Amino acid sequence: MGGKHESANGLKAPISTPTPPAHVSLRPDFFPNLKSLKLKTKQQELLLRVTTLCLVYLLAFIIRLFSVLRYESMIHEFDPYFNYRTTLFLTRHGFYEFWNWFDSESWYPLGRIIGGTLYPGLMVTAAFLYWVLRFLRFAVNIKDVCVLTAPFFASNTTLVAYFFGKEIWDSGCRHRRGRPHRHLPWVHLAVGRRVAVNTGSLAWALGSAFGYFYMVSAWGGYVFIINLVPLYVLVLLITGRYSMRLYVAYCTMYVLGMLLAMQIRFVGFQHVQSGEHMAAMGVFFLMQVFYFLDWVKHLLSDTKLFQDFLRITVTCAVSVGGLALGVGMASGFISPWTGRFYSLLDPTYAKDHIPIIASVSEHQPTAWSSFMFDYHILLFLFPAGLYFCFKRLSDATIFIVMYGLTSLYFAGVMVRLILVATPAVCLISAIAVSATVKNLTTLVRTKSKVIHTGSSKGTASAKTSAKASLDQSLPFQRNGAIALLVGAFYLLSRYATHCTWVTSEAYSSPSIVLAARGAHGGRVIFDDYREAYFWLRQNTPPDAKVMSWWDYGYQITAMGNRTVIVDNNTWNNTHIATVGRAMSSYEDEAYEIMHSLDVDYVLVVFGGVTGYSSDDINKFLWMVRIGGGVFPVIKEPDYLVNGEFRVDKGAAPKMLNCLMYKLCYYRFGELTTEYGKPPGYDRARGVEIGNKDVKLEYLEEAFTTSNWIVRIYKVKPPSNRW
Amino acid sequence: MLKSAMEGRLLLRPLLLLLLISSLFFIKISSSSPPQQIQILTAERRIDLTSHIVRVFLTLKAENTGASQASEVLVALPPTQAEHLAVIKAASIEGKRKKKTVLPLDVNPIELADTPNGACLYSISLLKPLKTGDTTTLEVLLILTHSLEPFPKEIGQSESQLVYYRDSALILSPYHIREQTTYLKTPNTKVESYTVVDPTNRAGTELKYGRYDSHPPYSYSPILVHFENNHPFAVVEELVREVEVSHWGSLQITEHYKLVHAGAKHNGIFSRVEYQSRPSVSGASSFKRLLLTLPPRVHSVYYRDEIGNISSSHLRGDSYKSELEIEPRYPLFGGWKATFVIGYGLPLQDFLFESSDGRRYLNFTFGCPLLETVVNKLTIKVVLPEGSTEPSAVVPFPVEQYLETSYSYLDIVGRHTVVLKKENVVQELNAPFQVYYRFNPIFLLAEPLMLASAFFLFFAGCIAYLHVDLSIRKS
Repeated sequence: MGGKHESANGLKAPISTPTPPAHVSLRPDFFPNLKSLKLKTKQQELLLRVTTLCLVYLLAFIIRLFSVLRYESMIHEFDPYFNYRTTLFLTRHGFYEFWNWFDSESWYPLGRIIGGTLYPGLMVTAAFLYWVLRFLRFAVNIKDVCVLTAPFFASNTTLVAYFFGKEIWDSGCRHRRGRPHRHLPWVHLAVGRRVAVNTGSLAWALGSAFGYFYMVSAWGGYVFIINLVPLYVLVLLITGRYSMRLYVAYCTMYVLGMLLAMQIRFVGFQHVQSGEHMAAMGVFFLMQVFYFLDWVKHLLSDTKLFQDFLRITVTCAVSVGGLALGVGMASGFISPWTGRFYSLLDPTYAKDHIPIIASVSEHQPTAWSSFMFDYHILLFLFPAGLYFCFKRLSDATIFIVMYGLTSLYFAGVMVRLILVATPAVCLISAIAVSATVKNLTTLVRTKSKVIHTGSSKGTASAKTSAKASLDQSLPFQRNGAIALLVGAFYLLSRYATHCTWVTSEAYSSPSIVLAARGAHGGRVIFDDYREAYFWLRQNTPPDAKVMSWWDYGYQITAMGNRTVIVDNNTWNNTHIATVGRAMSSYEDEAYEIMHSLDVDYVLVVFGGVTGYSSDDINKFLWMVRIGGGVFPVIKEPDYLVNGEFRVDKGAAPKMLNCLMYKLCYYRFGELTTEYGKPPGYDRARGVEIGNKDVKLEYLEEAFTTSNWIVRIYKVKPPSNRW
Repeated sequence: MLKSAMEGRLLLRPLLLLLLISSLFFIKISSSSPPQQIQILTAERRIDLTSHIVRVFLTLKAENTGASQASEVLVALPPTQAEHLAVIKAASIEGKRKKKTVLPLDVNPIELADTPNGACLYSISLLKPLKTGDTTTLEVLLILTHSLEPFPKEIGQSESQLVYYRDSALILSPYHIREQTTYLKTPNTKVESYTVVDPTNRAGTELKYGRYDSHPPYSYSPILVHFENNHPFAVVEELVREVEVSHWGSLQITEHYKLVHAGAKHNGIFSRVEYQSRPSVSGASSFKRLLLTLPPRVHSVYYRDEIGNISSSHLRGDSYKSELEIEPRYPLFGGWKATFVIGYGLPLQDFLFESSDGRRYLNFTFGCPLLETVVNKLTIKVVLPEGSTEPSAVVPFPVEQYLETSYSYLDIVGRHTVVLKKENVVQELNAPFQVYYRFNPIFLLAEPLMLASAFFLFFAGCIAYLHVDLSIRKS
């Protein structure tokens, strides 16, 4: 109850599309057929690889077009509307104006300094693509560029994933699944290059620094990388895998990446000031200490002496570091961890302390079923892949294992972070599949009699065991291997079907336009959001201020082109709490608040007629909580009856008379929503409402959409005093 | 000026006073500039007020009483009507009942500075000059837009819309009129009030002024009719139609509409529950759907606005025309606006022809495909293919036209665009116009060749890169 169904950061689409699985085994088997083409083995392999990659690239792109085909080329969800609006501004006014943009249309009357409070990466990328295409004389529309940037980067992700996988498992795991998210390619760029560094040179480190910079400029999730990489380095140090390559790679990447990231105004000095970035810095200094020790060890040939020296140095280093951290924290130079970060480490933290973070549905802990739903067979392949990684432990596999485990933890804490875990899970599973298939094909091709152990107890577990031993021989080894191969391919093809289905059904709905099945099986479209936003855009004064719950802020500014009080950039909790307070007060109290905020229109989302459940009544308790968090006059128990949230006759009197209730149910009592039910039957909650005679004194109904999903009220001017 | 000041007071005073004041305006001016060689024997005027576009049918029987031949007959309009005049057409009627033939005549505005009260004159050129003593019958069609003034200016959701119509009981004319009658047709029987200029009769939906005998030139007797008109007052404030010609076989049309309900302003409350439960009473003057007539064989129709596709539209078609029924996102009440874009493709062979001198010409319909609407500002842009030369437009009525250059996919020098502009356009102006130009078919291949060579260069570059050793040190 009360949980928000919005995903505040849209475009999450953990789509998984394996390539047609056949190609893995194609390599050796098709020799005779291809001989006629007179290609050498190497060439055949290259041809296969390139073709497969091209197909995967295309598939990753095409699978993202489900929503475009099923709906239209449109921006989805909530936050992307901000990106779209700023991209539009960027293309119209240029980068300089964009960087210095003070937006007076949101957070009225405070306004928002856009340039200093956003990650410009996505906007700049889209605008850059747009400019390039325009320069090449392609008369494209900026909206379509924004929409298609996501599939384009999804395709790029698959490529990066391929090379990343190749890097860590040198050959064989060509089983890339396009798991596109537009942020992720750059997670990869940062991460993938990071690994490449371990085998590579300064140039790669430089590349990874730029990859990191791009990542920082695009998404706040860069914090994950800046903590993951030091953790990885730390693990390497502890396991004694320190090397010169590591030193060069990490130091170059850290210093350059940090300096570059500082160019983003929103990040600024956080790299040296905020608690979240301290791990990276600590590891950086630790590397210096290690290097220094290495040098000393080189000078002192005496082991005993060195041991003493080591002890002294380590104690000094640790105490100096601890002291610096303590002083920094105490003096306030180093900011403590933010609430969002805390809530990652302690999932219950946000619920108790920061209702605004807890209220976002994306920040809820992930449900069991959604892992199953998103990962399908990967859930079984993932441990298998970990096993193979441990079997062949190297710097690179340590990295992927750590990446996989940490991101899986975070995916469990916050549902939106599934998309961070996805590439790692994919890669590790790919390793499992690749290793299994490789082993099985060698079995099939060897003429010798080899035992096949652990015969047929479920394909998934058999995969691990299949590799297990080749030393002994058993009669049905060859047939068994073939059966297992077929089974594996069957599973993979089921997985492909599942992924396509998930993409088309679950992750392709824009949530602006709602689709349902009508009584006769036809498709019914509820386009109420756009109806209301367009009405606002056309029929209200251009300087009108609209008050709504913050979820709809970005959409109102982008589609309705009107000033909003609060929006999805939840930077000012007090302001949001003020709106929450207005919504949960009696009408006359709310009127004073709205008057003080110069509100002209109030917009509420109401699902009682259509049965749309993520409406404002279901979000209402969060408004009360957030409002009450700042203004103690609002008390949550006033709205509950015996701890239960109700809207029917048994509801709390305050609930029945608060502004939100009145605005949602105004004249709803006259309407019969469902056959055989009394008038005023709320279909979203399945009850007959408690207060059917709603009278409004200070507001008047200005517009209600055709399915009542969005209702807009006009705040009357103050009455004349005689 | 005085009149408008008076108007302000008129709105406040009861109807009786209104009659009194309006009688002050009874203007009788006998002297006039054009020589009195023509006299109107009978004049009948029928004013159709059923929609928001006022149609005036004027039948004049003119006689030449002067000494010399007359080659033209003048029609006068008060300046307030002249500025709202969208179309003026005239025809002469020859023969009697059964063998009646209608011959269209030219009508041109003429500038005469010294007409009383700034009346505007239009001259109808006769096919053959009228000899002394001869008579001729003329039919004149006048279409006036924005001539119904909503009063009250703001109405609620359940009220119906009342409008004022102002005119003269006597036909304004530079000639002496012997007999005249005026009929006004209102949309229904609900007429709040009307000015009585005896003899005045009302029967059903018809209001009859006259018969009035023998009135001197420029006689004027203002009348005011206040009646109910719930016809949708759909006005397109601005319409930009882009017609893009592609010699690959299609004509792409994009139309940008700025639609407004120009009736009485909707005040305040819009109640969905009332609109849904009592559709006949609630929002009687509002409209929720519009009909467009498009050419036959239309394809790839879309209907969208700045924030995306609008899913409520239907297309029906037969071999003569296609009908597109669209619904704006919300029903339009008085003063509400909606902007949208409609686009469609048409087969080129239906519209593009080759003239005898080797030039090509596009034959397309002027005006607005929306039925029963007024377009305040119409802009038609005909985008010719890249490489075309000597563009020129032939339009059957005066329009503002100029050339500009526009750019589309893979354009280098840009495309010639013929821009035609006209204000105050109604459906009666949907006449074909032509745009002539020369085009060398070799330019058809320019873009495919460009793309092909770009790919060729790319692959050539790849091959070169793979075969050239760029390393500094030989290994």
